Amino acid sequence: MSMKTKTRHVDSVTVVDIAGRITLGEDLAELRQLVRNLLAQGQKSILLNLADVTYIDSSGIGELVSAFTAASNQGGQLKLLNLTRKVRDLLQITKLLTVFEVYDDEARGIASFQKATGA
Amino acid sequence: MNPEPKMIEVTLESTLKSVETAEEITEDVCAKAGFPEEELHKIGMAVHESVINAIWHGNKNDASKRVWMRLYVHPDRVEIHIRDQGAGFDVGRIPDPLEAENLLKVSGRGIFLIRSFVDEFRVESVPGAGTEVTLVKHRNLN
Repeated sequence: MSMKTKTRHVDSVTVVDIAGRITLGEDLAELRQLVRNLLAQGQKSILLNLADVTYIDSSGIGELVSAFTAASNQGGQLKLLNLTRKVRDLLQITKLLTVFEVYDDEARGIASFQKATGA
Repeated sequence: MNPEPKMIEVTLESTLKSVETAEEITEDVCAKAGFPEEELHKIGMAVHESVINAIWHGNKNDASKRVWMRLYVHPDRVEIHIRDQGAGFDVGRIPDPLEAENLLKVSGRGIFLIRSFVDEFRVESVPGAGTEVTLVKHRNLN
């Protein structure tokens, strides 16, 4: 299954539900554009929900890093929610679990942004 | 004397569709050879990254160039050879993606993941004849 995304807003946080495969191809460009558009619109608290991601490759991992860096460079924050075991294992061996803030509970993930912004 | 290994050979076009095809064939062959589910994903991902490298870095996305994959199923291991028509690369010159200064780089994790998922990884480049990577996964080694 190719990648599908759905964006929703919870409080001041934008949650992007991602499903399918995050692999090299057009889908990656779409994900990049989606994150860039959110940042351009001033939506700088982004939570990527990876619960339904079935597969991610090195290019997909690179895209998550790119999104993280883009958000950070614009004074925003990008965090991850609901990693599957395969995705978690990949982020573990690539040491990216030391980079990303990861949550298994959406409410906690949302709340973490509010704490960070002092709201 | 060891029996002759079973061999499967596939010729792939330099397209992204070939990446999925190679991965599916590999997982199917390894499943039939009795590799457990957990290992199938790792072998499949190593092939996925290797074929992407062959198409993008080796064949430079040139649709007229091909990638050849051969799988040898031995009683104790599977050996996968992936050959492109590119100039090759020096594995020793690939930066370590785990180093702090490389952690936030967008690319450069493919070879690292391949090495993580198979037991042996070799690269041979022959001028004019392309580059061949060999992936070996043993049964029950880990």
